[in-house]
Amino acid sequence: MDNSTRYDRLLERYRNGDLNRRTFLGLIGAAGAAYGLQTPFARQARAQSVSQVRFDGWGGVVSEAFRQHAFDPYTAATGINVVDGTFSGGDEYLAQVRSSQEGEYNIAHLSGVFDYARYVNFGLTVELNTANIPNMELVMDALTAAYRRVTPEYLSAVPYNYGTTGLAYNRKYISDEEMKEKGASILIDEAYKGKIGGWSDWRTRIWYGALQTGQDPNAIADMEAVWDAIRSHRDLALKYWGSGAELMSLLAEEEIYVTEGWSGRIAAMQAEGHDIGYYDPPNGFGWQECLFVIKGSPVEACEELLNFMLAPETSIAVAEGQMYPPALDGTKVDLGATIPTLPAYDPTGTLDALTFADPAYWNGNEAEWSETFSRVQRGF
Amino acid sequence: MSIERREARQPWILLSPALGAVALLLFVPLMFIVVYSFWLRSATGADTVGFHLDNWQKALSDPFYRYILLNTLKIAAITTLLCALLGYPAAYFIARSKGNKMILLLLLMLPFWISYIIRTMSWINILGASGAVNTALMSLGVISSPIQMLYNEAAVILGLIHFLLPFMVLNVYVSLEGIDTNLEDAATSLGATRWQSFLQVTLPLSLPGLAAGGLLCFVLGAGTYITPLVLGGPRDAMFANLVFEAIITQLNWPLGSALSLLLLAVLGALVAIYNRYLGMAQLAKGLG
Repeated sequence: MDNSTRYDRLLERYRNGDLNRRTFLGLIGAAGAAYGLQTPFARQARAQSVSQVRFDGWGGVVSEAFRQHAFDPYTAATGINVVDGTFSGGDEYLAQVRSSQEGEYNIAHLSGVFDYARYVNFGLTVELNTANIPNMELVMDALTAAYRRVTPEYLSAVPYNYGTTGLAYNRKYISDEEMKEKGASILIDEAYKGKIGGWSDWRTRIWYGALQTGQDPNAIADMEAVWDAIRSHRDLALKYWGSGAELMSLLAEEEIYVTEGWSGRIAAMQAEGHDIGYYDPPNGFGWQECLFVIKGSPVEACEELLNFMLAPETSIAVAEGQMYPPALDGTKVDLGATIPTLPAYDPTGTLDALTFADPAYWNGNEAEWSETFSRVQRGF
Repeated sequence: MSIERREARQPWILLSPALGAVALLLFVPLMFIVVYSFWLRSATGADTVGFHLDNWQKALSDPFYRYILLNTLKIAAITTLLCALLGYPAAYFIARSKGNKMILLLLLMLPFWISYIIRTMSWINILGASGAVNTALMSLGVISSPIQMLYNEAAVILGLIHFLLPFMVLNVYVSLEGIDTNLEDAATSLGATRWQSFLQVTLPLSLPGLAAGGLLCFVLGAGTYITPLVLGGPRDAMFANLVFEAIITQLNWPLGSALSLLLLAVLGALVAIYNRYLGMAQLAKGLG
């Protein structure tokens, strides 16, 4: 007898006067409590027959592209539903995952190799069988190698796209020549006081502080000089932005003339007709994103979904939507006409031109630097 | 069981669902936070279980946290004062208006129908470089380039006033509504001007409402983090922003727990002082 039949029978007995109201409500309450208590265990028991997979990403056009080109065909082929959620930042998402039960979150569109390493440190990985993801063959080796350096024995994610955090500037006030001449130092140029922006992310602030003081961002020798550069930027900046939408709004409304910006977002602004320039200074901040399978997930179902998501038609559609180049190797796959025009695109498939954050170096300093940045930001 | 014993048990039986809910949803999570505050964050981000006073020592002795806490209290105090100055006349006008009182009260409640974040962000369209005010002033030829009105402490206070003013108006209104208008008439019949009757009769009698509104505005204002995030500049932060950063950005839940408990203790002390001298009854009336 299923639960609804039990409740119907109970209701019928109550209506017939066989049960008094207090007993009826007591039994319903007890049934509710029992259901609440058994649910976490029932979820484990049901894990063998997967009916849905949860995917969390950045939302917007990316989600739409995933829905159309990956999730719906995947559901049609496997009968497994994909529930897609969104998050506004990787840190916030990791906090959610840490406080959730295993299996609640399955696949996440994560940023940076350092994020991959953080999930590894928290023991949130699974071991993917890449033989179940044949489209991995089409991915650039350079991107996969970055994850293999963190987990040499296995992979818990597949690379998906990459981009840069370069300098975005309003061409009405700043010429291309001036930008090339000043590079990262333009963010601490007194001439633009009150018209400078910056991402509130501590890594980006330190990375650009390193560039402004002529240091290698992956081997900073003089950290005090970097903090001083961050203080200078803080005093000249109008606003630290916290999301891509805020970045675009500040530039479009001319609240700020120059800031760092995400290559895809700036490309989107350019496509909308805004006269915003984009420049990757030497040692500019390159990053790669992955599709990470979280511990407790139904691994085989996730592997199948990852394969759908890595299929060239899906990858290219998503890349064109979010304006970040896909992880697919241009020397192995025809990426069409649009992808090669995207900022940061590497036709060689080696990514030698981009500088990525060394995850061991940055994660090793995360605790100290993120806290110190919080103080420096507030005038200390 | 005697009737007396049964009667003595009855209130507790009736209260037990509410007490159970408070215990499960408030007390137990709070205890988790208390326990967390004695743990430590390891270098890799994972928590180290144990009994350590490091987070508390840091939260209580570090001048950085003291500075942000005092700044938070300062911003909350300024906001509360301005809410009182702006809210009292509005509440007085509603309380003394005839006929359209319900419409005015409805208008007062209207902002609550819109998300607080959206209401806060609306100031960007009003005070931004290409917002309504700058556009109007430039088209009238008053200014040649936009005035910078956003992303500073004044903008944060403005956003907080926008958020908190209805709470002040409602509390003062409830208090004014409870005052017998015959008292004002009696004062004027005894020779007091209207201003004197207001100062010596109405204002003192409405002070509990003003204090309740002030307490609500202060506590809610001191605990906010969205407003400085949206309308503040790089330096502008309130204590709740540090809690958010410790827990979300730095993944330092133990320190974030200690900081959140510190803020809770400071605001709790304020509520206790209010309760000692004015009682919570007025606050309940205003909220009701």
